Amino acid sequence: MSALALSRIGHAYFGRTVLDHIDLAVAPGEIVALVGPSGCGKSTLVHIAAGIVEPLRGTVATRYRRHAMVFQEPRLLPWANARDNIAYPLRLSGAPRHERRARAEAAAARAAFDAVDLDKYPVELSGGMRQRVAIARALAVEPDFVFFDEPFTALDAALKRRMQDLVIEAAEGAHFGALFVTHDLMEAARIAHRIVVLELSGNGIAGERALPGRPGEREDAEVFATVQAFLRADPLFRHIHDVDERRVA
Amino acid sequence: MGAALSRLGRTGSFLWSAWSGLAALALLAAAWQAGHEAYGEFILPAPLDTLAAGFAILSDPKAWEVALLTGTRAVEGFAVSALAGAALGLAAGYSPATLRLARPLVTVLLGVPPIAWIVLAMIWFGSTDGTVILTILVSAGPLVFVGVAEGVMTRDRGLDDMARAFGAGPIRRLTTLGLRHVAAHLFPALVVALGMGFKVAVMAELLANVGGIGGELARSRANLDVAGALAWVTIAVAALIVVEYGIVHPVRSEFERWRAAARPWGVKR
Repeated sequence: MSALALSRIGHAYFGRTVLDHIDLAVAPGEIVALVGPSGCGKSTLVHIAAGIVEPLRGTVATRYRRHAMVFQEPRLLPWANARDNIAYPLRLSGAPRHERRARAEAAAARAAFDAVDLDKYPVELSGGMRQRVAIARALAVEPDFVFFDEPFTALDAALKRRMQDLVIEAAEGAHFGALFVTHDLMEAARIAHRIVVLELSGNGIAGERALPGRPGEREDAEVFATVQAFLRADPLFRHIHDVDERRVA
Repeated sequence: MGAALSRLGRTGSFLWSAWSGLAALALLAAAWQAGHEAYGEFILPAPLDTLAAGFAILSDPKAWEVALLTGTRAVEGFAVSALAGAALGLAAGYSPATLRLARPLVTVLLGVPPIAWIVLAMIWFGSTDGTVILTILVSAGPLVFVGVAEGVMTRDRGLDDMARAFGAGPIRRLTTLGLRHVAAHLFPALVVALGMGFKVAVMAELLANVGGIGGELARSRANLDVAGALAWVTIAVAALIVVEYGIVHPVRSEFERWRAAARPWGVKR
């Protein structure tokens, strides 16, 4: 029984097919990294799975209680301070004010966001802090499934690592499953239980590889060796760094 | 405690910023005084004399009624145009087809000079409040409409997607994101519309002969009472300033606190 099951998903923008024949299942508590070359439709697929985009064909079956999402950009409300931004999904679900406040502060602590900055507006925060707020916002709803759409692409290497550790810890603590879109194999190999590779033109899943060990317990050298082996010897990852900017939707 | 302190601080800085406003008004008065000294008492009475004439007028309770009449008409017309413009603007912003139909109509409405509307409204409504309010509606309504429609169109669709991912339906997205974003575009339009409301109210009163400040201006003109006319103009402007800085600006700064946060120090607004 899977938490998320996509079957025969297909989608087209203005008649141009970007995705077709996609079947993908994620087990409860499992983190699946979805990789593929730039422009192959990863982002569209995760938007469909999260219910933002209505697919043209196929069905999305969900068995989780509540999902959350972290985007590539923080997507914070510019007029609300960090606390209200974190509490925004709670406001949508109609939680009373004092409960929103308490849960937002708890979520901020889990995302390692300093409590003294909770009253600041997004314009006053650095890029990494804004993304922390976005992660805290996702954690605030206590999800059992989280969609990540290339969340750390814009961050520098050190910050990216810290954020990845944060996600691994949070997933461990809250036992949420996740669909993690990324084009960075190192990131996928650190965070996920399983890597799924989308076909070059979005026509089905090219293949998948289970990763040895558990996220958070893998040594850096091990992760590096896995990625090197994938890139050198595994035909599945041959096109992973192909870039076709015209297809970037 | 912290919130109360920061509110006190904001109120204080708002009041403090009145000094720069006073400085601008003092400059205007200086230029006025220079004009008075160059052209003489009859063409341009001195600002202090005008102020004295204004105070003399206002010491008569009847004058307050006159000013209140104009103020009420202007605010009524402004409220009607703000409501109509904002509602239609929201509809048009969310429906591109409506906006395409409405754009040329807005151009037509704004292209017809208010004076022409006054003539038409006088024929339709006679010398009543309706004439004044309709004229304000057709001249200020389109401004609010355009402001709101632009606001809706420039909304951040990324935020809409984010809200959708967290399970917000169209109504919740409108109330928590759409309206909040539109407010930033609405307030500048409201300020212009309010100024327009007062100007058009006085003009319509003058032409339609329905009393109010415009009626008093018509009488001053008939008596060649330049000081009286200027005094009434000053009173109309003062009424506008009171409404704008007493209501519109405080409400706007409440909505725009995050913008001020981007400029931690230095000259604000």
